[in-house]
Amino acid sequence: MSQQSATVDKRPSHQRASRMNERQGAGHTPPGRPAGETAGIAEPSVSVRELDIAFGAHKVISGLDLDVSPGEFIVLLGPSGCGKSTLLNAIAGLLDISDGEIWIDGKNVTWAEPKDRGIGMVFQSYALYPRMSVEKNLSFGLRISKLPKAEIDGRVARVAELLQLDGLLKRRPSELSGGQRQRVAIGRALVRNVDVFLFDEPLSNLDAKLRNELRVEIKKLHQRLGNTMIYVTHDQIEAMTLADRIAVMRGGVIQQLGAPKEIYRKPVNRFVASFIGSPSMNFFDGELRGSAEASAGRLPAGPVFQLGGSGAASSVPLARYDFIERAPAQSRAAVFGIRPEHIALGDQPDGHFSAEGKVDLVEAMGADTIVWTSLAGVPLTIRTDGETEIRPGETIRFGFDPASACVFDAGSDLRL
Amino acid sequence: MSLETARPRGPHGESAALAFRATEPGRAAGSAAAHERSPTRGRKPRHLTIGRIGLYGFVAIAAAFFILPAVVMILTSLKTMPEIREGSIFALPESFDLTAWIKAWSSACTGLDCDGIRVGFWNSVLITVPSTILSIAAGATLGYALSFWRVKGADILFAVLLLGAFLPYQIFLYPMVRAFSMVGLYNTLFCIVIVHVIFGLPIMTLIFRNFYAGLPVELFNAARVDGGGFFRIFWNVMLPMSTPILIVAAILQITNIWNDFILGLVFAGRENLPMTVQLNNVVNSTYGEREYNLNMAATILTAAVPLLVYFVSGRWFVRGIAAGAVKG
Repeated sequence: MSQQSATVDKRPSHQRASRMNERQGAGHTPPGRPAGETAGIAEPSVSVRELDIAFGAHKVISGLDLDVSPGEFIVLLGPSGCGKSTLLNAIAGLLDISDGEIWIDGKNVTWAEPKDRGIGMVFQSYALYPRMSVEKNLSFGLRISKLPKAEIDGRVARVAELLQLDGLLKRRPSELSGGQRQRVAIGRALVRNVDVFLFDEPLSNLDAKLRNELRVEIKKLHQRLGNTMIYVTHDQIEAMTLADRIAVMRGGVIQQLGAPKEIYRKPVNRFVASFIGSPSMNFFDGELRGSAEASAGRLPAGPVFQLGGSGAASSVPLARYDFIERAPAQSRAAVFGIRPEHIALGDQPDGHFSAEGKVDLVEAMGADTIVWTSLAGVPLTIRTDGETEIRPGETIRFGFDPASACVFDAGSDLRL
Repeated sequence: MSLETARPRGPHGESAALAFRATEPGRAAGSAAAHERSPTRGRKPRHLTIGRIGLYGFVAIAAAFFILPAVVMILTSLKTMPEIREGSIFALPESFDLTAWIKAWSSACTGLDCDGIRVGFWNSVLITVPSTILSIAAGATLGYALSFWRVKGADILFAVLLLGAFLPYQIFLYPMVRAFSMVGLYNTLFCIVIVHVIFGLPIMTLIFRNFYAGLPVELFNAARVDGGGFFRIFWNVMLPMSTPILIVAAILQITNIWNDFILGLVFAGRENLPMTVQLNNVVNSTYGEREYNLNMAATILTAAVPLLVYFVSGRWFVRGIAAGAVKG
């Protein structure tokens, strides 16, 4: 992992992922990452430059840039229809792009055939050849490229051992379970001995338990092989657990590209904030008041967020909040966001926000409990431990550290 | 009554239920009554309604409509001519006389030649086998190309092909005759095979395209990443999965081509006239008395091949119809 952070480091120097990222990259060093910026010496493993993809008149992706470092595990995350699979297929060479360039391992492969790009790919529906045995499935590509038989057998045996497919080599795909099928599909990518692996929602067809098992297996595989992996999913848990960096996409644009922790803690806009985290972040419309306008009274000096209605209880002091630029001098419409897990029950220390609310609903989830209450007339979820005795109808005291909150501009949805 | 409705199927269940009732009479009676009230439990009520009688009657008539002519044909083909002249058409033959069949097969006169309908049979085999194979090969390849490879103008090509499937082919006859005679192929076996392949292409392309459109495109993508080219993917990945549709296509083409009359008459030439045309010559030759037994035998022989195909592969044929792939 230390190697990973070193390769990640060079990113801000030439990152052109999106307008929003550029904005964030300027002068704002995300936490959880060493401050010094090393120049990008190592060539990116996969590089997508000013990519345009249009289906007819409908532009799916326009002007997208993405650099993936060697050995990096990058996850393309977003809701369906955000263009993440399209981007992956473009990298694989499975669909024609309208404009731009794709480089893999220092070669311009924009118009190369998929087989000549040095990639292996795993598909959501496994896409195993139904009339071939597992062994033939694994060796199909190798047989096409007319490798010597000994070499083919060696590679198949190695992959079979790596993925525990030894006993299954003679079986047909229809005789395998879903998890086994997907392992064969992964194996088919592995035997190609390539540097770059592409995963297109590989776990979506599996049930929850298998999904968790295979997720761990993929993570182990990456640690063991150290290949570059590009992984498409709409599952934020897969993204958070697997990725070195996550690219959150919407509408064909990378909204934010960064380490999972950074995406979680410092989402660049309201979309990213709401997409990551479960239950999702609580949002409040309101007004951001500059320090000059902070009303005299009990509140400490500094900027304040006025949640919806008026009154001291719904004013959040933002002295501890880390604004990207300086705190605005004038008041403006804004959106305040706080994650359910960042809200604590009971009395709060100085500088924290504190309020009371009536409990509407309690959802016990085993390890955690989700408590539904309301703040300033807006429903609010609080994540607390599984042992809580809170019952609906009670009035509870809760609060949070404004430093862990997010404030977004009401118009542009960008983080302030 | 309660005994009747609560009785489970099978001897074991029955005895168990009876034993249960013997030990706990009160509760058993109660549960049996509950069963009787529930419309979803117990034996299905049997009512012979007027509607049912009408339905069965209709089915019987429809079946008779198809079976009776076949029966008459078989009976007649087994009779001698005097028997046919004197008896009813439904009368059973006095003895099973196969002379008419033998004569129809080997010595009936088709115009001036008297070699029987077997000449036509072998001609039809020679026409049907290569035409079926070639038209399926062409249709499958084209259907595969149209559904997986984004060829420029694929949609237009497909629309034009479909148009070809719906235009009556009589309008093509004369231009095609002219074209074939210009290149010196007219009235050859090659000519009739090419004609069948051309006329079979739209429907074959349609059913294969529809079949391949139903296969996951990821399979094709996986094969491309593995390095497969156009024919490699077709041959090693797609064709092995195509067995059901290949069977449907073969049934369609064999019956269509075997039953064809006009194309064979126009394009095959005197030496290669298919069985249907020969049958017509046998039946319509007007020397002397009409030999009904011979005509019937010759007709059954001609229909035997498609009949056999239907009987052997009816299940697949229905599936083909269900796939919306049927024309003739």
